[in-house]
Amino acid sequence: MKLFTEAEARALLEKVIKLSVADECSATLTGSIDGNIRFALNNVSTSGIVNNNSLAVQVAFGKRTGVATINEFDDGALERVVRRAEDLARLAPENEEYMPMLGKQTYPATPTYAQATADITPEYRAQVAADSIAPCKAEKLVAAGFLSDGAGYYAFANSKGNFGFQRETNTNYTCTVRTEDGRGSGWVSRDVQDVSDFNAQDEIKIAIQKAKGSADAKALEPGKYTVILEPAAAAGLISFMLFGFDARQADEGRSFLSKKGGGNKIGEQVFDPRVTMYADPADPNAPVFPWDDDGLVRTRHPIIDKGKVAFLNYSRYWSKKQGKPEIAQPGNILMSGGTKSTAELVKGTQKGILVTRTWYIRMVDPQTVLLTGLTRDGTFYIENGEIKHPIKNFRFNESPVIMLNNVDELGKPVRIAGDESPFAMMIPPMKLRDFTFTSLSDAV
Amino acid sequence: MDRRDFMQFTGIGLAGLMLPGFGRAVAAETLLSTMDVGLKKAIADAALGAATSAGASYCDVRIGRYLNQFVITREDKVQNVVNTESLGVGIRVIANGTWGFAATSDLSTASVAAAARQAVAIAKANSKTQTAPVQLAKAPAMGEVSWKTPIVKNAMAVPIKEKAELLLAVNAAALKAGADYVNSMLFLVNEQKYFASTDGSYIDQDVHRIWAPMTVTAIDKTSGKFRSRDGLSSPMGMGYEYLDGSAAGKVMTPNGVVNYSSSYDMVEDAIASAKQAREKLTAPSVKPGKYDLVLDPSHLWLTIHESVGHPLELDRVLGYEANYAGTSFATMDKLKSHFKYGSDKVTIFADKLQPGSLGAVGYDDEGVKTKRWDLIKDGTLVNYQAIRDQVHLLGESESHGCCYADSWSSVQFQRMPNVSLAAGAAKLSVADMIKDVEKGIYIIGDGSFSIDQQRYNAQFGGQLFYEIKDGKIAGMIEDVAYQMRTPEFWNACSAICDASDYRLGGSFFDGKGQPGQVSAVSHGSSTARFNGINVINTARSLG
Repeated sequence: MKLFTEAEARALLEKVIKLSVADECSATLTGSIDGNIRFALNNVSTSGIVNNNSLAVQVAFGKRTGVATINEFDDGALERVVRRAEDLARLAPENEEYMPMLGKQTYPATPTYAQATADITPEYRAQVAADSIAPCKAEKLVAAGFLSDGAGYYAFANSKGNFGFQRETNTNYTCTVRTEDGRGSGWVSRDVQDVSDFNAQDEIKIAIQKAKGSADAKALEPGKYTVILEPAAAAGLISFMLFGFDARQADEGRSFLSKKGGGNKIGEQVFDPRVTMYADPADPNAPVFPWDDDGLVRTRHPIIDKGKVAFLNYSRYWSKKQGKPEIAQPGNILMSGGTKSTAELVKGTQKGILVTRTWYIRMVDPQTVLLTGLTRDGTFYIENGEIKHPIKNFRFNESPVIMLNNVDELGKPVRIAGDESPFAMMIPPMKLRDFTFTSLSDAV
Repeated sequence: MDRRDFMQFTGIGLAGLMLPGFGRAVAAETLLSTMDVGLKKAIADAALGAATSAGASYCDVRIGRYLNQFVITREDKVQNVVNTESLGVGIRVIANGTWGFAATSDLSTASVAAAARQAVAIAKANSKTQTAPVQLAKAPAMGEVSWKTPIVKNAMAVPIKEKAELLLAVNAAALKAGADYVNSMLFLVNEQKYFASTDGSYIDQDVHRIWAPMTVTAIDKTSGKFRSRDGLSSPMGMGYEYLDGSAAGKVMTPNGVVNYSSSYDMVEDAIASAKQAREKLTAPSVKPGKYDLVLDPSHLWLTIHESVGHPLELDRVLGYEANYAGTSFATMDKLKSHFKYGSDKVTIFADKLQPGSLGAVGYDDEGVKTKRWDLIKDGTLVNYQAIRDQVHLLGESESHGCCYADSWSSVQFQRMPNVSLAAGAAKLSVADMIKDVEKGIYIIGDGSFSIDQQRYNAQFGGQLFYEIKDGKIAGMIEDVAYQMRTPEFWNACSAICDASDYRLGGSFFDGKGQPGQVSAVSHGSSTARFNGINVINTARSLG
């Protein structure tokens, strides 16, 4: 099954829209070729390719809506999927919050596609596994990893004349390297859009170094410490906090961004003034589609500006109800930082703890965004600007809101996505004061 | 875990168009239909024949039809009604001693045969780097058999209008009882699975599950404080009869909290949720320290899942999940050395049989008849969870029957069966258990959960916390979480109530593997007591 071109997608979508007798109709066509290879115990365990195109049709009779999807594309199938959506819509209860479909929009193209990634072959994937496994075997280490890549497109049209089409690619690589005796474990993760920017032979060295360096870990008392969170370690906590950037929840009084007595905290100083995050669909390091799920045009705008809350997500319904402008939901989160690498932040640290990765992060209290989770795959004690020795893993109980008020220094942002975050993100390594570790873990 | 993704999914507006992972949306009546068994056998035979001709020494074929229905509401609004269907065939082979897999949504015999040949080609290609051939335990030929979840009322047959009215009544009851907001939903599942293998098995199964979650929120506008209480239901392997709310399915705690076993009264629980969410707003904050914990089955299931179910998955123990879910502290040398996992009172068993459980099926996804076996016997580690290509590592000759794939397009692999704590043999009620507690906390319902990648260090919250002082329940407290180290925790188990208190909890969304797969699993227990567990206070101030 091949992927649709823009012309083919437009023709198919227009045909679908014409078939509908509903008040409004929108159709979304997506497709991708996704490949992966998985390895463990220094052997390839599974590999596969999934190729799929899928059409979704939503129709509305007044405020009654129906959705149907299909992955066949002959004329009979297109007719069936439209009729099925219409049948469901006629049966559905009225949705008071239904918003009429958008008219024609203009979407500036964003650089979400790299041909080199689309050209990945099964042989390339096998080579990535081999390049990961061979140096580990040579050092009597055990590798387990996963490479996934995809190339696809997203196309949509509606009965009010709107249309969008764009292609995208992605590549995500993770590898865990353990010592044979299980006393050391290291990890590396790399997310790139253009696979030309990725080299497994280089990346695996990081995991190997951390695996060897993390054996013979010493126990440190739980408590408050200065920490350096590598970007992947910080991303999980920040992602959780960003789920709470919803205007309706805040206005309803059930968010850490709710204001006492009503309303939300847009414009208020909630974080350290060095904390700035913004969205930009065209950012070359973490580009995303130029539209959001509603078809609104994404733009560059601040989310947190010098520590002040600058943006909360308003659904189209909620923005109308509150009399606010419709702003597209961001697809990426770009956090500003400095110029230093993680290693340079370590050099400037008198005493502290370096955290490679955080794991199993869960919400403990949404009132304060208190999160718990653990360190994993390389936790080290820093003294006088040097890594002195590995330490046992900790459980933390910390709020990213408090954490982002205890900023000592921010380093140079790097791209994070895939396993570590549902958003495409640019996140700096962070040196933070008084990060709260509450217990020790024996896990390696 | 994929629950977070699911929760985002339930909040869908137009984004719901793509229904990630749940297949294509279909009309409600489609959910009532089934495929002809004779047709399925013909498709399966085409695949088995093609694979064998291409050189496979073994082949299994799974024709899967996965149906879901969601009804999603908040307050007085039905937000979404979605029906999905996913249909296709997955073919797994062994060639040159190596696994190969291919799947297709095209059920024509030509397409299925082509997929079978592709699976053989992949197996042969992968065999070049294979260091040891697959050792597949024998599975007896079952012939043509079938199995069906023993439901009373097919939830897919209940009109959507009736379901929407139930949820709106639930929401109205919560609002009337003092809630500010309420979200409720129904999530219904029907897996129609046909399995065939070169071993001579043709197995037709019809599996049903139901889940009715809700979250009720109360707000104190002056202080800005908000608290939620989730429903105390469990996802179950039952039909719509689970929502009948019959008295026989209820269990009352000594302080009047109503829990549910085989039947759920959603309106009654909504009212209790609203009152308790409001009570939470003013409940005193816990003083951290060591407490004896009395854990209700609605809470304990999740602790069992994380600290016993996962570490005893043999693929984790061996290192196959090292890059994602992690490994396990319960290494195989501990099996040989009779590791003391818990106190003498702790017997934990695995099974795929318990009526009403999410894991109950007649046969697993590689054609093995399901059974029950012990994992921990009188506190000692005695076994793991293993499938056909793993049991030889345990010196056993028969699979445990816990192989599962979440879709026709996913490769089946070892998944957690129901893992449950056996009820205490001696007669013991919750009230009698609490009488012996000087300083303790009674925890009902599951909350926040987190555990390390080897399953040593865990932290759990809950829904309702009641302080126990000198053998009496003193009142509600808040901001409670306990931290534990798995072996110490289970060795601190000092009492387990008898079988009259035994109930199931569970999850629709146990995640594992890369690419990730989900699985539904139940965990049964009676109320149990754990002495001297470390409790922390989770209250913080944002200034």
